[in-house]
Amino acid sequence: MSIRVKYETELNSVYNKLIAMCRSVETAIERSIDSLITRNDDLAKEVIRDDKRIDGIEHEIEQDCLKILLLEHPVASDFREVSATLKMITDLERIADQAADISELALQFGDERFIKEPTHIKEMAKLAALMVKDSVLSLINKDRELARALDDRDDRVDALFGVIKSDLVALIQKDKNNVDQAILFMMIAKYLERISDHAVNIGEWVEYAITGSHKVG
Amino acid sequence: MKEFDTELGISVTGCNLWYGELQALKNIDMEIAEREITAFIGPSGCGKSTFLKTLNRMNDLVENCRIEGRFIIGGVDIYAKDTDVNLLRKNVGMVFQKPNPFPMSVYDNIAFAPRTFGIKKRSELDEIVEKSLRRASIWDDLKDRLKKSALGLSGGQQQRLCIARALAAEPKILLMDEPTSALDPISTGKIEDLMSELKTELTIVIVTHNMQQATRIADKTAFFYLGELIEYAETETLFTTPKDRRTENYITGRFG
Ligand SMILES: Nc1ncnc2c1ncn2[C@@H]1O[C@H](COP(=O)(O)OP(=O)(O)OP(=O)(O)O)[C@@H](O)[C@H]1O
Ligand SMILES: [Mg+2]
Repeated sequence: MSIRVKYETELNSVYNKLIAMCRSVETAIERSIDSLITRNDDLAKEVIRDDKRIDGIEHEIEQDCLKILLLEHPVASDFREVSATLKMITDLERIADQAADISELALQFGDERFIKEPTHIKEMAKLAALMVKDSVLSLINKDRELARALDDRDDRVDALFGVIKSDLVALIQKDKNNVDQAILFMMIAKYLERISDHAVNIGEWVEYAITGSHKVG
Repeated sequence: MKEFDTELGISVTGCNLWYGELQALKNIDMEIAEREITAFIGPSGCGKSTFLKTLNRMNDLVENCRIEGRFIIGGVDIYAKDTDVNLLRKNVGMVFQKPNPFPMSVYDNIAFAPRTFGIKKRSELDEIVEKSLRRASIWDDLKDRLKKSALGLSGGQQQRLCIARALAAEPKILLMDEPTSALDPISTGKIEDLMSELKTELTIVIVTHNMQQATRIADKTAFFYLGELIEYAETETLFTTPKDRRTENYITGRFG
């Protein structure tokens, strides 16, 4: 096997782990919201447990990347891809943390009826999870357009956050007893908004991997 | 020949070079900054050594070699009719891939250039010999063997001796053609340290096949391919975001 082929095999193995990590992170986002909507405590606890496993994958990918940097001395686009991967997994790991945080919040609703059905939160989660998926996909496929489009998609998530916020304010004004749940919903929405920011960060690293220029955002 | 200016930069325009029918260099324009290290990289046979040798007219000795272009070093047109080639080579020193010690003692090897340029006093020569050997990090190895033949030294010692010999002429520019390709990592490290120290005083151009060496020490790197200068940039830029696909393919090992 030539050195070049060996290098590409190693990089592919890193990418496969990255794809697996990304899938786990998407699942964590979806499940954290499902656990909220279906009041499924077991599912929420599973997301929290799974966060540890995702930390493990991050560590493994980090080691792989450092090993490549040390042993292969990649340059040019090879170097940028490995560095971008190293930065991206930090964002993915933070997203998994936030999904676990959402699950912690979901557990606090107990058996109380919702003050409002969380349809917008569900929508936000769906958009954010897709953004995460596409951010990683844009690296694997070297798809600059997909990476760039994340910025606009983040605006939509921010807009939904704004809607949720004003809805909650109205609910609190209507009835003070709504405050406890409103705060929990607000925090969940904020985590989702952060998740979509992380997806944008990932997109910026993909842009760096492809073009060599990194937007300092 | 005019004295060299204090400016030690190199400016080459329209360089073409033929060995008989073979065109080894094609239309090379290049500005090499003074007091910097510039690395030449590229596949075997692409013309790195040939271009390096044009800078102190080492190709003059090659039969059938024809050179075109303007070569200005330190403000002097080095191919002008009145150029004193000996003075040029004193100012533009060269170290080759294979160490080429003269068949004489260590001391006489180092004292060779200073003597040629008129230094006769023993104490002065002693001083130059010690200083040059120290700069090439080989004084401790050789201080008790100054009278011994240089041919008896190990390959790595011979190479450092040759670097010391080049330095003894007090060049303003040092050309090095794969100077560490036969050295172990420790000696290589010492030579690289030496180059980094020397660049405060002189301009260094080094040919290397070792990419890490280029990234470690060179301020700028030039990539040659099939006799052409393809890309020339800050080393960091060339190795992280090369502009030309051929550079990218070469440095990442996709062809060669
Ligand atoms: N004295 C010579 N006579 C004829 N052709 C020569 C001579 N020296 C070099 N060449 C040819 O010129 C071309 C450039 O050679 P050069 O030695 O400059 O390459 P290089 O880039 O230094 O290669 P390497 O990395 O192997 O040292 C090659 O095709 C070589 O065969
Ligand atoms: Mg050569």
